[in-house]
Amino acid sequence: MPAVSLKNIFKTYNKGKVKAVNDVSFDVEQGELFGLIGPDGAGKTSIFRILTTVLLPDKGQATVGGLDTAKDYQAIRNKVGYMPGKFSLYQDLTVAENLSFFATIFKTTIEENYNLIKDIYEQIKPFSNRPAGKLSGGMKQKLALCCALIHKPEVLFLDEPTTGVDVISRKEFWEMLKRLKEQRISILVSTPYMDEASLCDRIALIQNGNIMSLDAPQNIIDNFPTQLYAAKSKDIYRLLKDLRSNPAVETCYAFGEFLHLTLKEDQDGINTLNKLAAQYLAEDFESKLIKPSIEDSFIRLMQEKEKSGAD
Amino acid sequence: MELINIMDNKAIICNNLTKKFGAFKAVDQITFDVNQGEIFGFLGANGAGKTTAMRMLCGLSYPSSGKATVAGYDVYRQQGKIKKCIGYMSQKFSLYENLTVLENIEFYGGVYGLSRSEIRTRGEEMVSKLGLTNEAKKLVGELPLGWKQKLAFSVAILHRPKIVFLDEPTGGVDPLTRRQFWDLIYEAAANGITVFVTTHYMDEAEYCNRISVMVDGRIEALDSPANLRKNFNTHSMDEVFYQLARRAQRTGD
Amino acid sequence: MKQLLAFIRKEFYHVFRDKKTLLILFGLPVVQIILFGFALSSEVKNIGITILDNAHDNNTEQIVNRIKTSSYFILKDPVMNYRDIEERFKEGSIKCAVIFPNDFGGELSHFGKVQIQIIADGSDPNTATILVSYLTSIISNYQQQIKPAQQLSYQIIPQVKMLYNVEQNGSLNFIPGVIALIFMIVCTALTSVSIVREKELGTMEVLLVSPLKPIRVLIAKAIPYLVLSIINFVIILALSSYLLNVHIKGSLLLIFFESIIFIITCLSLGLLISNVTSSQQTAMLISMMGMMLPTILFTGFMFPIENMPWIFQAISHIIPSSYYYIIIKAVMLKGLGFSFIWKETLILTGMAVLLLIIALKNFKIRLS
Repeated sequence: MPAVSLKNIFKTYNKGKVKAVNDVSFDVEQGELFGLIGPDGAGKTSIFRILTTVLLPDKGQATVGGLDTAKDYQAIRNKVGYMPGKFSLYQDLTVAENLSFFATIFKTTIEENYNLIKDIYEQIKPFSNRPAGKLSGGMKQKLALCCALIHKPEVLFLDEPTTGVDVISRKEFWEMLKRLKEQRISILVSTPYMDEASLCDRIALIQNGNIMSLDAPQNIIDNFPTQLYAAKSKDIYRLLKDLRSNPAVETCYAFGEFLHLTLKEDQDGINTLNKLAAQYLAEDFESKLIKPSIEDSFIRLMQEKEKSGAD
Repeated sequence: MELINIMDNKAIICNNLTKKFGAFKAVDQITFDVNQGEIFGFLGANGAGKTTAMRMLCGLSYPSSGKATVAGYDVYRQQGKIKKCIGYMSQKFSLYENLTVLENIEFYGGVYGLSRSEIRTRGEEMVSKLGLTNEAKKLVGELPLGWKQKLAFSVAILHRPKIVFLDEPTGGVDPLTRRQFWDLIYEAAANGITVFVTTHYMDEAEYCNRISVMVDGRIEALDSPANLRKNFNTHSMDEVFYQLARRAQRTGD
Repeated sequence: MKQLLAFIRKEFYHVFRDKKTLLILFGLPVVQIILFGFALSSEVKNIGITILDNAHDNNTEQIVNRIKTSSYFILKDPVMNYRDIEERFKEGSIKCAVIFPNDFGGELSHFGKVQIQIIADGSDPNTATILVSYLTSIISNYQQQIKPAQQLSYQIIPQVKMLYNVEQNGSLNFIPGVIALIFMIVCTALTSVSIVREKELGTMEVLLVSPLKPIRVLIAKAIPYLVLSIINFVIILALSSYLLNVHIKGSLLLIFFESIIFIITCLSLGLLISNVTSSQQTAMLISMMGMMLPTILFTGFMFPIENMPWIFQAISHIIPSSYYYIIIKAVMLKGLGFSFIWKETLILTGMAVLLLIIALKNFKIRLS
C-alpha cells in the first residue's frame, strides 16, 4: 500500500479560471523521500492541502495511509505531520512553549518521541526561551520541523520548507531529512530549488498544475532526449545571441558560467561547435559535452510543452 | 561588453560606508565601486546587510558614516537627484496588482516625468517585446508570476535610468522564465544601464561581471565569478558562498 | 505636476476597484443621513402613560383629553389605585403616570390652586425629564385657558416623582448600555479577530491537521474572553457603584446569570463572524459596523425605540443587546425580580443557543 496516492486530481480556483491542479496522479511509497519540484504557482501547495485534508479537490481521489482524504480526514489528521508554506508557529510563544503546545495537541509529550527530534532540537535548544518570531529563518524551519515530528507521524508533508532560508541551513535541513528516512517515515517535500531535487528518492517535476515528469532523479537525467553541451567565451552575452540565431542550434540558454545548448539532430557534436566558435570569432571559446542536471531537464520539458502547445 | 573604467564615470562609488542601529553595525565600512554598464551581483545571506546597503544607495536611508556616490550624486545631499536616475524592483513588490498593465506603465511613466508620447511609444514597445499585447488591458494581479516579474523589470527601466537596483527579482520563478529575465538584464546592460542585483541563486551570480559577498555587514569577497572560483579552489559559486557563509556569526535575526 | 496627476489618477483607480473603500465612501454617509435624519432623534413620542383620576370632573377629563390627543403620549387604560401604577411601571407598559386628587375641580375653584402628582420612570433620566416637561406644559396650557377674567390665575402645581431614581442621577441609563457595549467589543470583536488571526498567520492550517477536534479550538478561543468579560463586568459594577453612585437594586445573582447568557450570545456572534471572514481587518469591520453600531443605535439606551420607524423597531427586536438592556435595567436599576423579565430571558437564551449551534456547525474544518 503506498503511503500517499493521488488519482486524477483536479483543482481550480476563481470559478475555473485558474487551473491549479490539472489531472495529477502519482504515488509515494512507504519510507520514500519524494520531491515535488516546481516554481511558484505550479500547484504544489494545492496538492499538499488536498493531501493533508484541508482542501477538497474538484475531482479525483487521494489517499494517505490507505485512508480517503475526503471521507476519513480526521483519521489522517491524527497521524500526519504538516509544515505549511508560511512559517506556521506562534511568533510570540517561545521555542519551548511552541513545542510543548504541539506535543499536547498531538496527545503526546516531548519526551516520548524525543529521540526522533533530538538531532534537530539540540541545535535550537540554546534558544529555548526565545520567542519564535525572533529566530532566524533557518532556526524557525528547524523548530517547525520538530513540531511536525513530535508525534512520530507516518507521513511528513513539508511544503517549501527551505524557501527563504540561507544556503547553509538549507543543506543542513536536507541532511536532517535524510536521517529521518532511516526512521521509516514517508516524506513528501516540495521545493522550487532544482538542486535539492537530486537529494530525493524520486521526484515529480510540476509546472502549471501538470506533472511533466516523474522518476528517480538519475533516471530523469538519463532520459534527457539529446546531447547537452556547455560553451563559454569571453563575451558570453554576444555568444548567446550568436548561437541562438544559428540554424544549427536547437536551444541555447544561460546557465551560470557556461551556456547550455543543444544542437539540431543532424549536427556533428563538438565539431559543429568548434566551427561555430570560429564563425563567430569567439574569444577564449571553450566547449564540452556535459551531463544534464535536473534544471536542464525541467527547462527541456517546459520548452517541449510550449512547443506542443503552439503547434 | 565595453566597460568604461574611468574613476569619474563610475556608476557607484562606496567608501567605508557604514550604517549603525544603536550599537549594531548593520553595514560595516563597505568599500567598492561599480562600473557603468556593469552587471554587479550583491550577494549575502539574510541579515548580512544587503538590503540595508541597498537602501542607502537608493537614497532611502542616510548612512551613519562613510561616503558614497550613485550616478555621481552624493547619497547624503543629493538623494532626490539619485532617485530620478535610478530604477528599482524587488521580489516583494513591483507593480500594482489591481491596475492593468497599461495603467501601471502610465503611472510609473508619469512619476518619472516622461511625456505622454514617450510613455505611449515605450509602453507599446515594451508590451509587444514581452509578448503581452493581448494582456495589456488585464489586471497585473491576473498575470502569472513570471510575466509579472519580467514586466516589473521593464517598467523599472522605462525611464532609461543610469542604474537599476534589483532586490531578489527572480525568487520562486520557474527556470525558463528566470533565464528570460536575465536575457532582459543582459540587454539592458548592453544598452549601457548599470545593473545592481542581489540574488541567492548562485548560478545567477555567474551571470554577473563581478560580485561581492557580504557577511556580517562586511564585504568578504569582491571579484569576478571566475576569479573567485579560482581563489577558493572550487568549480561552483555554491561552494564559494558556502565557505564564506560558514564564517558568518550573524544568522538573519 | 505630471507626477502628481499620475499619482492621483492611480489613487482613483485603486478606490473604484476596492469594494470595501466604496462602501465606506458612499454607503456610510447615506446610511448615516437616513439614520440620523429620519430614524433617530432624542425626541420623545408615543410614550405609554396612565391616569389615576380620583376626581373625575370636567377639569380632569379635559386634561386627560389633551394628554390623549398629544402625539407624545399613548394613553393606556386608567388605573384604580396606586399599586396598579407600580405594577404598570414594573411591567414596562408605561413610562409615566398622572394622579389627580379627589376634589380637583373644587380645590381649584375655591383655593385657586391644586396639586397633582406626576410620576416618571427615572431609570431613563433623559426621557423622564422630557416627559415631565411635556406634561407640565400641557397642564400650564390648560391653566392658561381656564383662567377667569380676574387677575389671579389658577395654579396647577405638579409634584414630580422620579421612580427608581430618587437622586436624579443622570448617568443611570447609560450604565446598562455601556455594559452591553463592552461585552460586544470584548466578546464579539476580539474573539472573531483572534480566530481569524490564526487563519491569516497560517497556524490554523496546522491546527486543523492535528488530532485537535475543531470544536475544541472554538471553545479554547472563547473561554479566555468569557473569563475576561466577567472580570470586566465586576469592575464596571464596582466603578458604577462607588464612583457614580449607581447602586444595584436587584439580585446580583440574577444579574450574573443574565449576563452570562448575553456573553455567550456575543461569543457565538464572534465565532460566527470568524467563520465567514478571512482577514482580521474584515472581522474587525463587521464586528464594529455590524454589531456595535446597531447596539448603540437600536438598543434604546441612546435613542428611544418608540420613536423610530417600524423597520428600526424591527431591527431592535432582533438584536440580542436590546433584550439584555431591558433585563439589566429592570434588575439593576428597578430592582425587579425574575418574574418581570422571564420573557426577555427566554428570548435571549433562545438566541444564545441558536447562534451557538449555528457557529459550531458552520466552523470550517477545511480551508476553502
